[in-house]
Amino acid sequence: MSSRDGGMTFLSRGFVGRRDARRDAGRLPPGQYDVGDGFPVLSAGPTPRTAPEDWDFTVTGEVDGPVRLTWQEFQELPREDVTVDIHCVTKWSKFGTTWSGVALDTLLGLVDTSAEHLLAYCDGGYTTNLALEDVADGRAWVVDRFDGRPLEPEHGGPARLLVPELYFWKSAKWVRGLYLSGTEEPGFWETLGYHLRGDPWLEQRYAGD
Amino acid sequence: MAGTAVRRRLTWRLATVAAVTAEARTARRLSLRIDGWEGHLPGQHVDVRLTAPDGYQAQRSYSIASAPGSTTVDLVVQRIDDGEVSSYLTEELRAGDELELRGPIGGYFVWHADLDAPLQLVAGGSGVAPFLAMLDHHAATGSGVPVRLLYSARSLDDVLGRERLEQHAGRGVGVTIALTRTQPPGWAGLGGRVTPETLRDHVWPPDAEPRIFVCGPTTFVEAVADGLVAAGHHATAIRIERFG
Repeated sequence: MSSRDGGMTFLSRGFVGRRDARRDAGRLPPGQYDVGDGFPVLSAGPTPRTAPEDWDFTVTGEVDGPVRLTWQEFQELPREDVTVDIHCVTKWSKFGTTWSGVALDTLLGLVDTSAEHLLAYCDGGYTTNLALEDVADGRAWVVDRFDGRPLEPEHGGPARLLVPELYFWKSAKWVRGLYLSGTEEPGFWETLGYHLRGDPWLEQRYAGD
Repeated sequence: MAGTAVRRRLTWRLATVAAVTAEARTARRLSLRIDGWEGHLPGQHVDVRLTAPDGYQAQRSYSIASAPGSTTVDLVVQRIDDGEVSSYLTEELRAGDELELRGPIGGYFVWHADLDAPLQLVAGGSGVAPFLAMLDHHAATGSGVPVRLLYSARSLDDVLGRERLEQHAGRGVGVTIALTRTQPPGWAGLGGRVTPETLRDHVWPPDAEPRIFVCGPTTFVEAVADGLVAAGHHATAIRIERFG
């Protein structure tokens, strides 16, 4: 592990750390710890609760024609099961989480676009920005099942984004659609000082990292 | 706006521990001197990084518990069983040590003294830490904004910042403490868990249009936020920070 801030030259007097914390060193991005069986919940406001009959998913913006899917139509799309490690910017990582949902490749395949960016929008007003190249080719999903069961509201149900290669704030809960654009528009946390891209392996936590 | 405060690159820096004081049974207040500290907003946090001799590092986030104008930047750390960082900070760290950190971080869960709305704070356990900063800032700025704090703790020995909270109560802040597990003889506060009735009786009503901050463990925060929305508060008026 290296630090461009020169942190390696400083030692915390008397700190050794837990022996087992080093066990997964190759699997943990810098500054993260394994939360084990826990699954912390983080959000900025109250948990919205949208019934499936009131839920839809739209793909809009710079597209040949906007798309709107009902819950039923979403359910009929080809589905994938994925097992991935996830990494939250608040330092916890969770290994081997299992999800089921629809690949963003499938959803973006419903439109023609030359956009390079998207803004995911959600119930509760949350947004997050993503580069299309970070979500293409099997790297992102809209998931509605976790660990074999319907996704609980506090974890983003009925459906959330899953972008495991980036910090977990990019995996927006309660997602309702994607706005495609040629320009990068910062989302909620990205406007408040968090990194525009958020690659955990590059430790891109905050603007300027 | 607050967000602009963290646009510059956040570099790691060394703070010097000026004092470590007992804040509650298993919590310590770390008072830090940080050369060139640019100041912070009440509600913001810092990232702390510990480095072991073999290069192993651990990072955690802690809310700042002191007001922006305070002479030290204070963190209140609750020791978690088996917590490798909190155990170090509460049991090993002492005055004169150095601590590596960066911040301040966060532009959403902050209170601005120029906000006119009544201020409602709801804390579970060590989630009261950012509110200690907000209350001290409220006092320091001579703010006329009415404030209420509803604070759920296990027992009186677990209440953080007890003396300061009594001082705030003495200057007109509505301080309600609910002790969930044990209450001392003659306890005049609330007992048991925070319920919808507790929220109705001790939180500014929706028609007062308060700005509400909720901080604590996930189960507490979920229950409180759901209760507040059910009671008629706008979801957009409720700002949340949580742990666990």
